[in-house]
Amino acid sequence: MVTRGFFSGRRPPSDTDARIPPGQYLEQGFPVLSAGPTPRVRTEDWSFTLKQGPKPIKKWNWAEFNALPQSKMTRDIHCVTAWTKFNTPWQGIMIDDILADAGIEPPTAYTLALSFDGYSTNVPTKDLVTGKAMVALLYEGKPITPDHGGPARLLVPHLYFWKSAKWVNGLQFTERDEPGFWELRGYHMYGDPWREQRYSSDP
Amino acid sequence: MSAEPSPQSPWQAATITRIEKRTPRVTSFWFQPSRPFTHLAGQHVDVRLTAPDGYQARRSYSIASAPEAGAAVELAIERLDDGEVSPFFHDVAAVGDEIELRGPLGGHFIWEESDGGPILLIGGGSGVVPLMAMARHRTLRNAAVPVALVFSARVWDEVIFRDELIGLDDRLDGFSLVLTLTREQARRPSDYSRRVDARMMAQAIERLPKAPRLAYVCGSNAFVSAAAQALIDADVPAGIIRTERYGV
Repeated sequence: MVTRGFFSGRRPPSDTDARIPPGQYLEQGFPVLSAGPTPRVRTEDWSFTLKQGPKPIKKWNWAEFNALPQSKMTRDIHCVTAWTKFNTPWQGIMIDDILADAGIEPPTAYTLALSFDGYSTNVPTKDLVTGKAMVALLYEGKPITPDHGGPARLLVPHLYFWKSAKWVNGLQFTERDEPGFWELRGYHMYGDPWREQRYSSDP
Repeated sequence: MSAEPSPQSPWQAATITRIEKRTPRVTSFWFQPSRPFTHLAGQHVDVRLTAPDGYQARRSYSIASAPEAGAAVELAIERLDDGEVSPFFHDVAAVGDEIELRGPLGGHFIWEESDGGPILLIGGGSGVVPLMAMARHRTLRNAAVPVALVFSARVWDEVIFRDELIGLDDRLDGFSLVLTLTREQARRPSDYSRRVDARMMAQAIERLPKAPRLAYVCGSNAFVSAAAQALIDADVPAGIIRTERYGV
């Protein structure tokens, strides 16, 4: 449906068009979104736990986690509130390397990412491994600020950014695809920006 | 905590039935959906504009009207000079135009009478919009739930819904309005002329008969960060604070 009188808009340069998913616009800033106040997590209180269901598999403190092999990922990110930001540079621990340090293969097909503030979000395990996702510790070479999820946030750049849980403190492998915080509140279980999977009713 | 998945909400055409300027920068638009829905106070809709060449721009706008107010939903849209959607509404949109809309959306930043109270509402600028829906819902339901609304605006003339909010305050029925102006002197004796802080939050809470059960904070990111921290400094538990942030 063409909107009467809407001509201009803020079209992206044509050479970047192919990098912007449907319904998104290019953002130069880095907007902040969250469901509650920003938790201040001190690195001395920080830990990261891998769990299968309720059972812990392995737990790292800040120093132990930072000693794992670190990798860099520079990716375009896409927020469900319709902004896309190009070339965001992150550094952290690939999920593959976390699993390797724990000495395990992914035990189930589904994962819930868990956060210090009680937030959770579900991601299929296959979307976290084989170089697709990390627990990020640095953004633009500096510690991630609290409002962007620091000290550590999940980074799953190929899905809408609510899947990249801020203040992450663990991954829980689950037998079933269990909805997390926003997925219980009307957002999509998978969240592929290229298929515009914003809300639960989207195909 | 409410956890209601949004109902099926595909894009649909909605007709603009009324336009009313609220402040120099904020104008309310009423949209009559072709397939009416009932929203919850605090929810938003997505709006989509399509150019003749197929280019689309979409934005989310909170609903200002109460669920009880009828099928036409009121969106109070602030003009952002460098925006691509809000200038369209302010400069081009007219009564009778059809606009694509989907909703209602959002299952976290919502309040229903059955959620109880007391509730503390903190809004900065156009962040008052979803809080207005909650205040109106309370009034139209004749709910006794105590509410304190702290509304921060730059100047008196940018206090969106000012007359209506002062009218609600004057009813003395458990709704208390606290205005704070950041660039002008307060006009009412009980109001403030500074940015929100912990002492202001503590004094707002004193207007409630007991500690708030839920607190809702909406506005720009900078406002929400400051207000949420002020609440925490005023000993409001982080777990009862819900936030909604606009823009960058």
